[in-house]
Amino acid sequence: MNRSKAYSGWIIAALAATTLCAAGPAAAEWALDFPASATELGGKIRGLHHTALIICVVIGVIVFGVLGYSLMKFRKSQGAQPAKFSHSTKAEVIWTVIPVLILVGLAIPSARVLIEMEDTQSADLRVVVTGYQWKWRYEYPDHGISFFSNMTEESKAAAIVGAGHELHEHYLRDVDNPMVVPAGRKVKLQLTSNDVIHAWWIPDLYVKRDAVPGTINETWFEVGEPGVYRGQCAELCGRGHGFMPIVVEALPPEEFDAWAAAQTMAGSSETALKTASVAVASGPNAQ
Amino acid sequence: MANTKADYYVPHGSPWPVVASVSMFVMALGGAMWLNGTGGGRTVLLLGLAGLTVMMFGWLGAVIRENIAGLYSGQVDASFRQGMAWFIFSEVMFFFAFFGALFYARTLAVPWLGGEGAGEATNSVLWPEFDASWPTNGPGAIGGNAQGGFETIGWSGLPLLNTALLLASSVTITIAHHALKNNNRLLLNIGTLLTIVLGGVFLYVQGVEYAHAYQDLDLRLSTGIYGSTFFMLTGFHGAHVTLGLIMLIVTWLRILRGHFTPREHFGFQAVSWYWHFVDVVWVCLFIFVYVL
Amino acid sequence: MSDSTHAAEHHDGPHAKGLWRWLTTTNHKDIGTLYLVFSLVMFLVGGAMALIIRSELFQPGLQLVDPHFFNQMTTMHALVMIFGALMPAFVGLANWQIPLMVGAPDMALPRMNNWSFWILPPAFLLLIATLFMPGGAPAGGWTLYPPLILQTGEAFPFVVFSLHLLGASSILGAINIIVTITNMRAPGMGFMKMPMFVWTWLITAYLLIGAMPVLAGAITMLLTDRYFGTTFFLAAGGGDPVMFQHIFWFFGHPEVYILILPAFGIISQIIPTFSRKPLFGYTSMVVATSAIAFLSYVVWAHHMFTTGMPQAGMLFFMISTMFIAVPTGVKIFNWLATLWRGSISFETPMLFALAFVILFTIGGFSGLMLALVPADIQYHDTYFVVAHFHYVLVPGAIFSVIAAVYYWLPKWTGHRYDETLGKWHFWLSTIFVNVLFFPQHFLGLASMPRRIPDYSVQFTEFNMISSIGAFGFGLSQLLFVWVLVKCVRGGAKASAKVWDEPNGLEWTVPSPAPYHTFETPPKV
Ligand code: HEA
Ligand code: HEA
Ligand code: CUA
Ligand SMILES: [Cu+2]
Repeated sequence: MNRSKAYSGWIIAALAATTLCAAGPAAAEWALDFPASATELGGKIRGLHHTALIICVVIGVIVFGVLGYSLMKFRKSQGAQPAKFSHSTKAEVIWTVIPVLILVGLAIPSARVLIEMEDTQSADLRVVVTGYQWKWRYEYPDHGISFFSNMTEESKAAAIVGAGHELHEHYLRDVDNPMVVPAGRKVKLQLTSNDVIHAWWIPDLYVKRDAVPGTINETWFEVGEPGVYRGQCAELCGRGHGFMPIVVEALPPEEFDAWAAAQTMAGSSETALKTASVAVASGPNAQ
Repeated sequence: MANTKADYYVPHGSPWPVVASVSMFVMALGGAMWLNGTGGGRTVLLLGLAGLTVMMFGWLGAVIRENIAGLYSGQVDASFRQGMAWFIFSEVMFFFAFFGALFYARTLAVPWLGGEGAGEATNSVLWPEFDASWPTNGPGAIGGNAQGGFETIGWSGLPLLNTALLLASSVTITIAHHALKNNNRLLLNIGTLLTIVLGGVFLYVQGVEYAHAYQDLDLRLSTGIYGSTFFMLTGFHGAHVTLGLIMLIVTWLRILRGHFTPREHFGFQAVSWYWHFVDVVWVCLFIFVYVL
Repeated sequence: MSDSTHAAEHHDGPHAKGLWRWLTTTNHKDIGTLYLVFSLVMFLVGGAMALIIRSELFQPGLQLVDPHFFNQMTTMHALVMIFGALMPAFVGLANWQIPLMVGAPDMALPRMNNWSFWILPPAFLLLIATLFMPGGAPAGGWTLYPPLILQTGEAFPFVVFSLHLLGASSILGAINIIVTITNMRAPGMGFMKMPMFVWTWLITAYLLIGAMPVLAGAITMLLTDRYFGTTFFLAAGGGDPVMFQHIFWFFGHPEVYILILPAFGIISQIIPTFSRKPLFGYTSMVVATSAIAFLSYVVWAHHMFTTGMPQAGMLFFMISTMFIAVPTGVKIFNWLATLWRGSISFETPMLFALAFVILFTIGGFSGLMLALVPADIQYHDTYFVVAHFHYVLVPGAIFSVIAAVYYWLPKWTGHRYDETLGKWHFWLSTIFVNVLFFPQHFLGLASMPRRIPDYSVQFTEFNMISSIGAFGFGLSQLLFVWVLVKCVRGGAKASAKVWDEPNGLEWTVPSPAPYHTFETPPKV
């Protein structure tokens, strides 16, 4: 084979590698993995992901190793003579049975986590979450609290074609009224929608569930540590789908109770309801 | 087997497929314009339909001429048969989608809205008033009369009659087929004609039933999920019966002209398969839509 | 009887000239060419849309397009690529190759063959025209979920009818392929002697006939829900929006195997040729393909793990999905065993086939991870999914098409393509496709949702890399177009065999393959 041709691949590889390096500014956030989990269940899901990933990498190393070895060893240019065999029942049985065993091994822990995930029994707090084009509404039926949660003005102003604003740290993941929950308590969400399907998602909590109009979907989480957790709508819902942030503020239980009492007294729910415009369920979604 | 290959007939060029494609395009365009309320949509739609009709005559005419000219071997015949069989299979899958919707709505969606199983929260939070039962037009009582109610068509009246009509028509077409094989032209002729008459009466009865549903029972296409599944299933079936009838009439005219021989009668057979298919769909409809 | 005596009786070439020839042709080679050219054009159109997507996503903030237009691009990109580029490419290959490979004079139903092609251009005219309508093109994603898709403007009925037409075209094409394979094989070619490409297409055609009508049903329900007051997808009327997803994915999942089974067939043709060794495990390949096809009908709801299905349903769909890895693995291992102790050379088709084996497997692995319900809750609707399906679709299915084109191009044109440029095309494509899609795994894991025109700042770096990869990959495809044009125009003469010792009837006819072949059936 012509030597210069063989090198062309390497030249291109080097070029691509340079582009890669050039593209990354110094302070880059090169997250390569699932976020650390803020819930116990999330930790298990993350572990499951790692298990699956490792299994795939190991199988990959073996498969690509054998492939690479064959490509080095059995080249025509090195004078390799082709063998004649075209099947082997033994080999075929082996590489059918081993994957089956691996898959069974993977299915069992997944099923366990799944069962835990689906258990919405005995929650300490119930929140009804309704998706709107393009904002969220949170209702706490036991406290008589209800309010809307919109993307902050700061993000809104920047999210305009050609606005060219400086983008702040929580750009697009910042809301005016976050959902507030007690840390260390089991919170049950009841999700629905006012118009099209949305999905409520906080990556750090490992919770994602569709909000389907006319239906209630249930899910739950229990935040370990107080803190602010950010996410966004995860089901395409029209023009503003990328601009439907979700922020959960987990407070220590006492502070949560104080917050809830203050909300109920101030009747803040009323004002929130009044100012919020109700989205329409039909008409072209261009605004 | 070896000799048949050599004379597999390959037509050399035909304008009809493009005519068909253009007509379909025009129909789609017209249909979409009509639904959008753009002026002239209906005219465009009809234009496309006319194109399609012309195409049918042209294309099938060419096939018939080639057939009569003896260009077709047994193998070509087999291609036609298999092609028709797979076409019918695709139609079965089309109906399958609508039957699937019926089963899903009846056994899952509606019970969930009523609070069964996974739907407990759905019912208690969103539709506390709703009791699941079938037939239904949903918790919002969509369509129906002023009170949101409607009545359904019992199976034992006209639908039963219709079942008998279609089953009988399947028998008559089979008789005609056997007659064709035995070269009994008179019986062939009568059997086909009877099938057409039975099919026509079926359609008429279906029309009466629809009129009754719309005028007296408050049962319409827009009467919630029951009306949707009922009319879409029976409606698409009716459309297929209509198509089958047109095919039967063409076949009958060809019989009058002396087409088809005891050995070679793909055209006849294709229509009879189609008719049986329409019949089987009806039986499923009768059971799942009317009786159960 | 020789070809020359035959030529005296029949026309030797096309029966008509110019545009009329292409409009009215019933010749499988002409129609194959039409499909392939159409597919290439659509690939460029769909790719241009992808470049708009990637340009907007180059950095956070909105720079170029309105979010609504971005959603239109996402939707149209997918529809054009799947229905316009990939499926027609495979049908085009089937048209050219299946008659040659089974020793048939043409497709079984030649006029219908022409029809199924000529439905496509008008259907895409309708679809693409929606970009210019009030309210714009559909913007609800290629999955067309209601209620969102019902908010489409005037484009709505055009989209539905266009998809009806595309479905009709696919069904007609599939019927033709099945009938050709079952009815037109040369004497002596039993089912278990058919080339793998023919086998995989046979099974694909069954999938098409089973799945496409279901899509037609689903979109018909959308249409009546919007215009005729039915309530299939409206809870207030007793329907359910999620029901659409069930029906759609009952079509949609088999659809993705429709997009990969012919690819498996192509790879199974190419690897033995350049390993100079028969395909390992022919029988198990056939069985595995059938198993994949069968399983593909019972896994659909793995796209819906966040919709709130009953737990038993989730378990069932998780397990059935995971088991697709077994027959797929059998295929991968059989290819490895074919390479094992072969005499391997690295012509361009082989390079693409080898890249396919590696990169498809990577896409398969991420698929397997997606199948695990608890983890999918986190992956779902993120760029991890986007990375998964582009790995199986681009360096998977698209690479297989490219490999097939390089493999059979000398047979079609009678010329050898430029091997040096071919190799450049390969290396550029392979490197850039990874630059393009590999970082998307990380974006997904770090929680970037799909279908968003703008993102928070922590996703910037990988998006930049991905966009650079997109432009690199796109430009590399222009090189491909150039190689094709050059090869059609001229080049070294190709022998009938083209390659060293390729297996199959297509290599027994001269290159370029005469307009009519196998008018007398060959003996196998
Ligand atoms: C060609 C197309 C193609 C192919 C072949 C596949 C193959 C597979 N896909 Fe993929 N998929 C898509 C196209 C495809 N997919 C598309 C387009 C979407 C998104 C649609 C949308 O939402 O827009 C999607 C989405 C998708 C989802 C939904 C994700 C989500 O939205 O949350 C899931 C979930 O289960 C999934 C799973 C799988 C699996 C398990 C396979 C398996 O077939 C893979 C099997 C292969 C291997 C596993 C590798 C080789 C095997 C071995 C080497 C053997 C040993 C291995 C083990 C034992 C692990 N796919
Ligand atoms: C076979 C199918 C297929 C193929 C080949 C591709 C190819 C590509 N896709 Fe594809 N993509 C899908 C199927 C496919 N995609 C699907 C199903 C979705 C999901 C949609 C949804 O969410 O609903 C999707 C979504 C999708 C997204 C996510 C969008 C979003 O979520 O908002 C992105 C983003 O990067 C992307 C990028 C690309 C790129 C860069 C390519 C590249 O490989 C393209 C390379 C080709 C070119 C760049 C063409 C080269 C041409 C030129 C350079 C010149 C142009 C000139 C003229 C037209 C005259 N695709
Ligand atoms: Cu709401 Cu996306
Ligand atoms: Cu799938």
